[in-house]
This record gives sequence, C-alpha cells and structure tokens, in this order.
Amino acid sequence: MVQLTLPKNSRMVTGKTWPKPEGATNVRKVQIYRWNPDDGKNPSLDTYFVDLDTCGPMILDALIKIKNEIDPTLTFRRSCREGICGSCAMNIDGINTLACIYGIDEVQGDIKIYPLPHMPVVKDLIPDLTHFYAQHASIMPWLETKTNTPAKEWKQSIADRKKLDGGYECVMCACCSTSCPSYWWNGDRYLGPAALLAAHRWIVDSRDEATGERLDDLEDPFKLYRCHTIMNCAKTCPKGLNPAAAIASIKKKMVERIV
Amino acid sequence: MAFLTDRKRASGLGSAKSGTEHHWKMMVTAVALVPLVIAFIFTFGAILGSPYEEVVAYYQRPVPAIIAGLTLLVGFVHFRGGVQTLIEDYLHGFARKATLIGMICLSYAAAAAGVFAVLRLAL
Repeated sequence: MVQLTLPKNSRMVTGKTWPKPEGATNVRKVQIYRWNPDDGKNPSLDTYFVDLDTCGPMILDALIKIKNEIDPTLTFRRSCREGICGSCAMNIDGINTLACIYGIDEVQGDIKIYPLPHMPVVKDLIPDLTHFYAQHASIMPWLETKTNTPAKEWKQSIADRKKLDGGYECVMCACCSTSCPSYWWNGDRYLGPAALLAAHRWIVDSRDEATGERLDDLEDPFKLYRCHTIMNCAKTCPKGLNPAAAIASIKKKMVERIV
Repeated sequence: MAFLTDRKRASGLGSAKSGTEHHWKMMVTAVALVPLVIAFIFTFGAILGSPYEEVVAYYQRPVPAIIAGLTLLVGFVHFRGGVQTLIEDYLHGFARKATLIGMICLSYAAAAAGVFAVLRLAL
C-alpha cells in the first residue's frame, strides 16, 4: 500500500534556530531539513538567517555561506556550481532543482530546503541514489553494435545526430525521477523518467544495433508503463529536458512493433 | 539482510515482455468511447423520462440498443484496464492481487448485467 504518512522515526520536528547575523540589514530566513544517522533523533527543520549583502546570488551560495560561517555540520553535495554535474539537486521551495542555478531571488518568502523527495536520506540534504544509478546502468547506456567496428568511425548523418538532442544533456541529478509520483510508489520496479530518457537516447541512436533488445527489456508493465504522463519530470527538470516526451516516444515504438 | 548487488536489485525479475497490448487496448477503447459516449448521451437522453412502453419500443430499434450495448461493453473493458493500472500503482503484494481479482470479477459482472438489460429490452 502506498505510504500516506511518514514512519514515526521520519516525522519532522522543529529544529534549532540559529542567531541572526549582527548588524546585517538584508537578512533572509532559510529553513533546512536536518537529519543525522548517528544521533538517533527524528529529522528537524533548522532555521538560519543569511546576510544577503555578503552572500552570492544562488541558493548554493547561501548553503555554502551557512556551512562556512554558521553551522559546519550542514551536509550537502555540490561540485561544479554551474549546473553541469548534477550534485546539488534538492527540493527548494517545493521544486526539485539544482541549488547552484536556482536564484535566491526566485523564492518568495522564507526559503525552505529539503532533500529530494521519497528517497532514503544519507544525511541532511544527501539522498541515497544507489538504486537510481543502478537503474540507469540497467538500460545499457552505451553504444551496442553487432557489425564489426569500422576502421575509422561509426558514421551518423546530421539529421540523425539531431535526434539525440534533448536526450544526451541529462546530468542525472535525479530531480525528475524523485518528482514523479509513479516513481515514489513503484520506484523499485519503475525505471523512472531519467533512466527512460537515457534509454530513449540509445533507442533513437542511428548507430546503435540493439534497438530491438532495448525495447524488449523495457516492455514491462512496471519498468516502462508506470508512466502516466503526469509531466512533473518535464516541469521540474533544471536542464529544461522533457523525459515525458521521450517515454511517449518509446511507447509509440512499442506499439509500432505490434500494430 | 540480502547481499544483492545494486544492479541485481534494479534488474529484478527482468522484463515481463508485456504491457504494450494493455497500452494499445486502452488507446483503442478510449478512442472508441469518444463517439460511443456522445451517441449514448443523445440516444439515452432522448428517451429519458418517457413512459415504460415507449422506452421498450425505443430500445427495440437496432441503433439505440446497439449503441447502449456497445457503450456498456467497451466502457467496462476500458474500466477494467484503467482500474487495473490504478491498483498496480497504489497497492502492493497480496492486496494488489486480491483487489485485481475482485475488480476483474466486478467489471465482467457489471458488463454482463448491462448487456443483459439491453438485450431484455431489445429482444
């Protein structure tokens, strides 16, 4: 049965409120989900006050400032700070997005930050993406060929290369899959929008010779057909991609095989 | 504790090699229901509230009877497929299987009752 309430040990409690910075005039309230696997306590929502006059423009800047100047125990992933590595994916103001390319000024009122929804939490804002990555690996995200490798290169027309646009840019931040209710309820079996977008990228690759096998592997009521075109994936993708359209395209190819 | 690799857990029991038939059936019945429901509303609406004898005479004509019978039949086939998806979404384990069996019985019973009623009127 779908979990409609959180387990007892996952229920949020009010956390610590940190003091406001002295002498600051442009202060923003930031509330952040905190959970430490080592202290045995329930998750809490800690409150911080950030001086925007001495802070960069993005949510990630505020998080780094909090970690550097207020609370060094705050834990989150980050790396490239320009939306290309996908590390700092989190739920900001109710939207799954990348903290590094989401502006503080895009949030109205207090800034609330949670980890990506419905994933096991490792600590604070870090979700456990093990299963998500394994699902991505299971769709064989590489070129599969049977013809002998050509001496020079696998050729591809400009038109065929264009079919890969919108598929290869995914940074695997997991914003889409963790925004999808179908993935919440059946994520153990449903591959989710990110893995299916990647699967589609290889299905439509003119050089790939395993199209049939790829479709065979996806032909499943749970792996593929849990997608009900809810479109949260397309709405939330911080890279502006449309996994729902890719999934619809896979379904079309499935139908082409039988009708 | 099961020492499964992440990849084994993700692959699970592999592909069921089905699902497209169900998807296609839902598409076909959905498309069929568009004209059927419109036709049903007009034919059923035209006789709604009329005396018994008039309704019986009306449904002895082929067009209203066939439209009503087809709408009920295709409607419940579509209902069966749709609710199956719903149950698969929200229920797991034994509850899923038990509810699926109950829902399939209900769908066929409702379709049979509907078609029987139309036949009683028509024949």
